[in-house]
Amino acid sequence: MMPYSLKGSRSRPQREIGTIIRSLGCCPSEGELHDLIAEVEEEEPTGYIRYEKFLPVMTEVLLERRYRPIPEDILLRAFEVLDPAKRGFLSKEELIKYMTEEGEPFSQEEMEEMLSAAIDPESNTIHYKDYIAMMVIDEN
Amino acid sequence: MGSGSSTQHHFAFQNAEKAFKAAALIQRWYRRYMARLEMRRHCTWSIFQSIEYAGQQDQVKLHNFFSYLVDHFTPSSHNERDFLNRMFTEERSPQDSEMEKSSDYESIEVPDSYTGPRLSFPLLPDHATALVEAFRLKQRLHARYVLNLLHEARRHLVQLPNISRLSTCYSEEITVCGDLHGQLDDLIFIFYKNGLPSPERAYVFNGDFVDRGKDSIEILMILFAFMLVYPKEFHLNRGNHEDHMVNLRYGFTKEVMQKYKIHGKKILKILQDVFCLLPLATLVDEKVLILHGGVSDTTDLELLAKLDRHKIVSTLRCKTRKENKKPAEEKGKNNQMSSAGRPSPWFLPQSRSLPSSPLHPSAHKAARAGRSSSVPCSVAPDPKELSRQVRRSVDLELERCRQQAGFPAIEEKEEPVPSASEAEEQLEPTQEEWRQVVDILWSDPMAQEGCKANTVRGGGCYFGPNVTERLLQKYSLQFLIRSHECKPEGYEFCHNRKVLTIFSASNYYEVGSNRGAYVKLGPALTPHIVQFQANKATHKLTMRQRISRVEASALRALREKLFAHSSDLLIEFKKHDKDKTGLVTLSDWAAAVESVLHLGLPWRMLRPQLVNSQTDNMLEYKSWLENLAKEKLSHENIQSSLLETLYRNRSNLETIFRIIDSDHSGFISLDEFRQTWKLFSSHMNIDITDDCICDLARSIDFNKDGHIDINEFLEAFRLVEQSCSEGDASDCPRTTNTNSSACSSPGAH
Repeated sequence: MMPYSLKGSRSRPQREIGTIIRSLGCCPSEGELHDLIAEVEEEEPTGYIRYEKFLPVMTEVLLERRYRPIPEDILLRAFEVLDPAKRGFLSKEELIKYMTEEGEPFSQEEMEEMLSAAIDPESNTIHYKDYIAMMVIDEN
Repeated sequence: MGSGSSTQHHFAFQNAEKAFKAAALIQRWYRRYMARLEMRRHCTWSIFQSIEYAGQQDQVKLHNFFSYLVDHFTPSSHNERDFLNRMFTEERSPQDSEMEKSSDYESIEVPDSYTGPRLSFPLLPDHATALVEAFRLKQRLHARYVLNLLHEARRHLVQLPNISRLSTCYSEEITVCGDLHGQLDDLIFIFYKNGLPSPERAYVFNGDFVDRGKDSIEILMILFAFMLVYPKEFHLNRGNHEDHMVNLRYGFTKEVMQKYKIHGKKILKILQDVFCLLPLATLVDEKVLILHGGVSDTTDLELLAKLDRHKIVSTLRCKTRKENKKPAEEKGKNNQMSSAGRPSPWFLPQSRSLPSSPLHPSAHKAARAGRSSSVPCSVAPDPKELSRQVRRSVDLELERCRQQAGFPAIEEKEEPVPSASEAEEQLEPTQEEWRQVVDILWSDPMAQEGCKANTVRGGGCYFGPNVTERLLQKYSLQFLIRSHECKPEGYEFCHNRKVLTIFSASNYYEVGSNRGAYVKLGPALTPHIVQFQANKATHKLTMRQRISRVEASALRALREKLFAHSSDLLIEFKKHDKDKTGLVTLSDWAAAVESVLHLGLPWRMLRPQLVNSQTDNMLEYKSWLENLAKEKLSHENIQSSLLETLYRNRSNLETIFRIIDSDHSGFISLDEFRQTWKLFSSHMNIDITDDCICDLARSIDFNKDGHIDINEFLEAFRLVEQSCSEGDASDCPRTTNTNSSACSSPGAH
């Protein structure tokens, strides 16, 4: 069941847990993720999560279908909220502002990575409809 | 009525809230996307690593085969003896190497038309710098200078201790670099970015300079040149690839023979010597220990400092002398003197079995629970109880092999005559010495406590944090720097930051697969890491594209491996299909594949990339296997089962060829090929008819002169890796595409 090759170790560092959970199909927010980690980590934080503790919690999450992934159309609407003038795109500055100041802000690394793929270098804008379409293909 | 401003505020607040939520949603979605990307990267990495290590195991098996051959094969006829001689013998005596010294290169003329770099000795710093520049411009160093440089390097190395010592008092900054594996671009980049070596800028290169990449010899030339120019500040450690046995398989031997057709053999010969003269470790300020692989729970630095490293020619297999002082503990191979009449194999152990203490013939297959031995050699059981039984089965097996190989039955057995020659004993290290060296060159750190045999690589051990801690305390060290393992970021700390892995070959598996890194130490001994990636193309790719590209490469390699095991897979699938429906469930598919390939990969995750022809969670396995084969079969007249077998044993085949071709001519005779293949396949339980092989061999002998050109053979059947079309950096799909060229995964739509 575990897609993640544990390589003989029965515990994983905390920061990898987010990756694991998300790759299992869940889409928690950062806050939800922290709560989940709090549920599975050791009483004395070792920085590691043990498989035995993780499995039952994760199974429940999956059975309850918690943290469902976001459908494409909802994602599109989110972008449209940020683009009230309905231009069909966001400028680079606008994107940066929203992603780093609102919601659960991106780190600089996350911002740079998103920009590298999303921004059309000539116009310095992100045409979000195309962007979503491109990313969704990858998912499958 | 409510003032306009309050409704305005109300709307403003609502809008702000909406914007906040929208942003949060987008971020949530994006983070999940990135996590999935990370997971794919992780999978891809696992694929490459597991295939790489499986290859190393193959190497070990192959050498066990040859040892077995040498140990048990008693040539009873002239032909057999000659054949074995040709395969295994090469004189190596200490007197020879001295005499060869000057005559080797002085007689070589350098034509006036030669435009490459010219060296004169003693070397000056300018020469070394000029060499770097020349290689950067893709020039080639003339064989005369190569040999000259190697001779000088050998003279220098001979005086060095096993463990070099460096101090930050003399050189303010010390830069430590990891594996380079023939990737000249990375070395040049390091010098460009960090500066050339100088008395103020010390360097330590931590082994594995050669193999796999295409410019191993050039790297060696540069490293040796700087070592001669700045002997106090420029240090080299031996890696597990500084070993002529390993080079046979992993490309260095081939590279030298291709670049130096006339003098290649001489170059390889002296390199054999030079490699085992490389120091084993470097110590900085008596506090930081730098060595290639790792340590074990028995690592003894004092012993390592004292032993004669020159005797340890290859860490794969080794002649060891009989250890008189340690009777019962000895678990390793039984060591005997060579018989006077027998030719002494130049790369294989001398151990012959005497009636009183035979060897178990298939001991190398025995699983080792716990840490009994860190080396891939046979385990000698309690001799008295098993001697007669074992000897009988050895004889039987031997006879079977011989018959299959077409050799006539043994009529009389040669009795090995033990000759107690003092001189010979001096040439061999003890079992313990050899094991100590293998451990430091082959071991890997692991997360769990303890120390266990490194079965993945076939040599050395896995050592846990407690082993590291004990060692550091025992010798009052602060931390360990090692290499040996490729890391995505070029470096990795473990064992509570007491062990640093540093790896300097960027894009090792594929363009974009990993960064390279080097580490700098100042007087405070705080490690300062610098990363790089010596390929401009990767900078332009987004992470997504990079991962897709590397992933495609890994999947290609994996599909090849699957093809190479088609028959076994079919059998396994059938086991899951008792009702003979021709279908299996996808979980059965995953289980079957793992039980055949033993790669320990997350098959369920990889399934979408490898299987795209399923309906309702069931897979038609026969047609899936056929599709795998279609990619490979370019010669319809070759049975796919034969091709499959060849594919599976590709590296072994190539290595066998190179061993047989002891004069490195690039040709072996049909007969030699046939005989060796027969022995090999019977030993490895490969089912192939004799006729098939004969036909195959004959069909390759294009000019019908009874000789096979090695490269032609391998290329003819696409047994060498074809370089996939580089240069399409923008190949990763932005829209749906249907072509299955280099980088799109078949599952994508």
